[in-house]
Amino acid sequence: MTRRLSLAPWTYGFIVALAMWAATTAYSGFGSAGATLSGALAFGAFSVLVGTGQMFVVASGPGNIDLSVPSVLTLAAYLSMTVMQGSDGMLLPGLAAALAVGTVAGAANFLAIVALRLPPIIATLAWSFVFQSLAYNLGGQATLKPPAGLSRFTAMSLGGVQLMPVAVMVLTLVAMVALKRTVWGRQLLATGQSEPAARLAGIGVGRVRLAAYMLCGTTAALAGFLLAGFSGGAALNMGDAYLMESIAVVVLGGTSVAGGQANAVGIWGAALFFNLMATMLNTFGIQAGVRFLLTGALIILIVALVPRPRVR
Amino acid sequence: MMNNPTPPGTDAAPRADSDIAFIEVRDVRKSYDAVHALGGVDFHLKPGEVVGLVGHNGAGKSTLMNVLAGTVERSSGDFNLGGHPIGPWSAALAQQAGLRCIFQELSLCTNLTAAENTRIVHRPLRGIGWRRRARHMIGPVLDEIFPGHGIDLDRKVADLPIGERQMVEIARAFTQTDIGLRCVILDEPTSALGHEATEQLLAHIRRAAGRGIACILITHRLNEILAVCDRTVVMVDGKVVAERQTAGLSRSALVELMGSIERPRERTAGKIASVAAPVMRHAGRDAADLTIEVRKGEIIGFAGLDGHGQRERLRAMFHAARGQRQALPGAYVAGDRGSEGVFALWSIADNLTIRSLNALTRGGMISSAAARKLAGSWSDKLKVKAPSIDTPILSLSGGNQQKVLFARALASDAQIIFLDDPMRGVDVGTKQEVYRLIRAEAERGRSFVWYSTELEELTNCERIYVFREGRAATSLVGDAIDTGRILQASFGGENV
Repeated sequence: MTRRLSLAPWTYGFIVALAMWAATTAYSGFGSAGATLSGALAFGAFSVLVGTGQMFVVASGPGNIDLSVPSVLTLAAYLSMTVMQGSDGMLLPGLAAALAVGTVAGAANFLAIVALRLPPIIATLAWSFVFQSLAYNLGGQATLKPPAGLSRFTAMSLGGVQLMPVAVMVLTLVAMVALKRTVWGRQLLATGQSEPAARLAGIGVGRVRLAAYMLCGTTAALAGFLLAGFSGGAALNMGDAYLMESIAVVVLGGTSVAGGQANAVGIWGAALFFNLMATMLNTFGIQAGVRFLLTGALIILIVALVPRPRVR
Repeated sequence: MMNNPTPPGTDAAPRADSDIAFIEVRDVRKSYDAVHALGGVDFHLKPGEVVGLVGHNGAGKSTLMNVLAGTVERSSGDFNLGGHPIGPWSAALAQQAGLRCIFQELSLCTNLTAAENTRIVHRPLRGIGWRRRARHMIGPVLDEIFPGHGIDLDRKVADLPIGERQMVEIARAFTQTDIGLRCVILDEPTSALGHEATEQLLAHIRRAAGRGIACILITHRLNEILAVCDRTVVMVDGKVVAERQTAGLSRSALVELMGSIERPRERTAGKIASVAAPVMRHAGRDAADLTIEVRKGEIIGFAGLDGHGQRERLRAMFHAARGQRQALPGAYVAGDRGSEGVFALWSIADNLTIRSLNALTRGGMISSAAARKLAGSWSDKLKVKAPSIDTPILSLSGGNQQKVLFARALASDAQIIFLDDPMRGVDVGTKQEVYRLIRAEAERGRSFVWYSTELEELTNCERIYVFREGRAATSLVGDAIDTGRILQASFGGENV
């Protein structure tokens, strides 16, 4: 077997991202290299945040997916902005409200799957309409402004290093360790590989999956809270981009859609790839339609090229 | 029943035919990375001959059969079919040549019915009414091999108990359309069958041989080899070490050839029983369903014909043990290891420790050192044959995978261990080792509830519940346990 010769699947995202960064820099001069990268890191951090939660859900078994990510993100942003009313003093209650939205939404998703025996794709899609309409009733079409403190925090850098991407990198490390070295992480991957075997090995399959869905809701909510600060407010369409992206970064990052195998670091590679590609194609002045075409073609190409682990 | 059982001339001129082997391989080798599954094997099979293949787990029996059936490509070696050398060999070519295989891990599509599964291997069953014709093809063969089987041909295979699935798989291999049937390979066909069905299958193998169909039978039940095979081939470590005519061969001689000595069983029955209070009482569904009591250090057996509610009761007890007022740590060793036992993406170590994670946690994190130590010591204790504990579990032979599942249960904190016919496809030597280990663990105070389809195995138990029609119908204790009484109780004979 040529296992040692070929690169791990999750490295491909990083390699392609690097190539795009180089191409963009070559096109528009060295002066822009730093700005290109910091932009990609800042936007990539949001993709990684929602992707990490989605990864736990996808790894928990074939068919498990959370389509409610964009609407949870939006609802959490609206609710927390409403709670804070633009006041810095209310930052913590606002964060708590956002996280509460996420955990409750995750639990609601899982309950619909288990109690009503709905396929996850249907259950989470149904809930996403509910969440979206709640957000609509909360704020309507208006954009709710964030407190100045939150906006400052999301754009903060210390000695030229942006704070938020670093914080998300720490989260990635925590997710890695959780998968490898905690009881829940091992049980999640076991459940993802074979539910009957997991049950007979004494694993509380329901509890393990519930935690995965709740974590996914929480990361989406956290992303909504931060994104509202970063982009100047909560808007109804703020989550739209994250529906497909949260799934694409997980799969491109080396997590198996068949379940039982997860890769937290790879999500970064895929997220940077997505964001740098958008930057690159923008720099080249390519039209939106062609941009989407190229994005799709590149995703297919990478997934086809990446050596996959043997799945039986 | 079979439409054209005998190709013309087979009966008339067996001598001329039997000079040319149907299949002959010389110096066949097969390696997977560092594991040499076959290290130069010579094997031949004449038309109408029944050859038994025995050997330890990982001896290479299944690999050899997969090479013959074309499902695994040989690394090197000569391959002759009917006297003609063959280059690349594949499952499709094997099918063309009239060779069929009944795999240890069943190969039926579980979302289809028995009739639809028959269509898969028979291209001519097409056009309008193929489903009806498929049913008319598989039905009579099932009736011939397993009279009174009672299988609904229009039910999805997934809804059939494992014993019935095995029957369908066997019968399908014996159906034929345009391609004449020449050879059937049976890899552990009886491990999921009850006693009666096994007898019926063995009788059918002899009948098929009489029609010129050669059979290769892989089984760990040596009685079956002695009962039907013309010739017995013994494999050890990827090589053929002995080849004997079965006539005049005794069971102990065969075991000796396999390099493990069969020890007489010593019985420990009745010593511990009735002293301690039961650690678990599990009430039956109604008055006719016995309450099952398990005491500390006791080995309880579940007997009876396959599919009579033993597995369901075992599962119910496993789940009930966790919910008891004083939670009793339990572990379950699945017999259907492919779908209910192994975690396919993981190594031996990961598979072995999954049940013990809480005990391996130091300050909220699983300690890798402790996990490796636990995995290493238990895979040594069960003599798992693998280069290291990091070897992917799927690269092990079936029996060795089963050992890892055993180790998972024994390495855990479980006080009561449920065994779901775990010895399927395990060789004699390993069985004796595991029996000793179970008895030793029972003496240290662990309790076992053991469902077995092998009558001999149940003599390890101190108390036996014989199941019939979904209920624990009869209980046998100590010296009352013998195969005759178990059989009588299974079939619902007079009171025992």
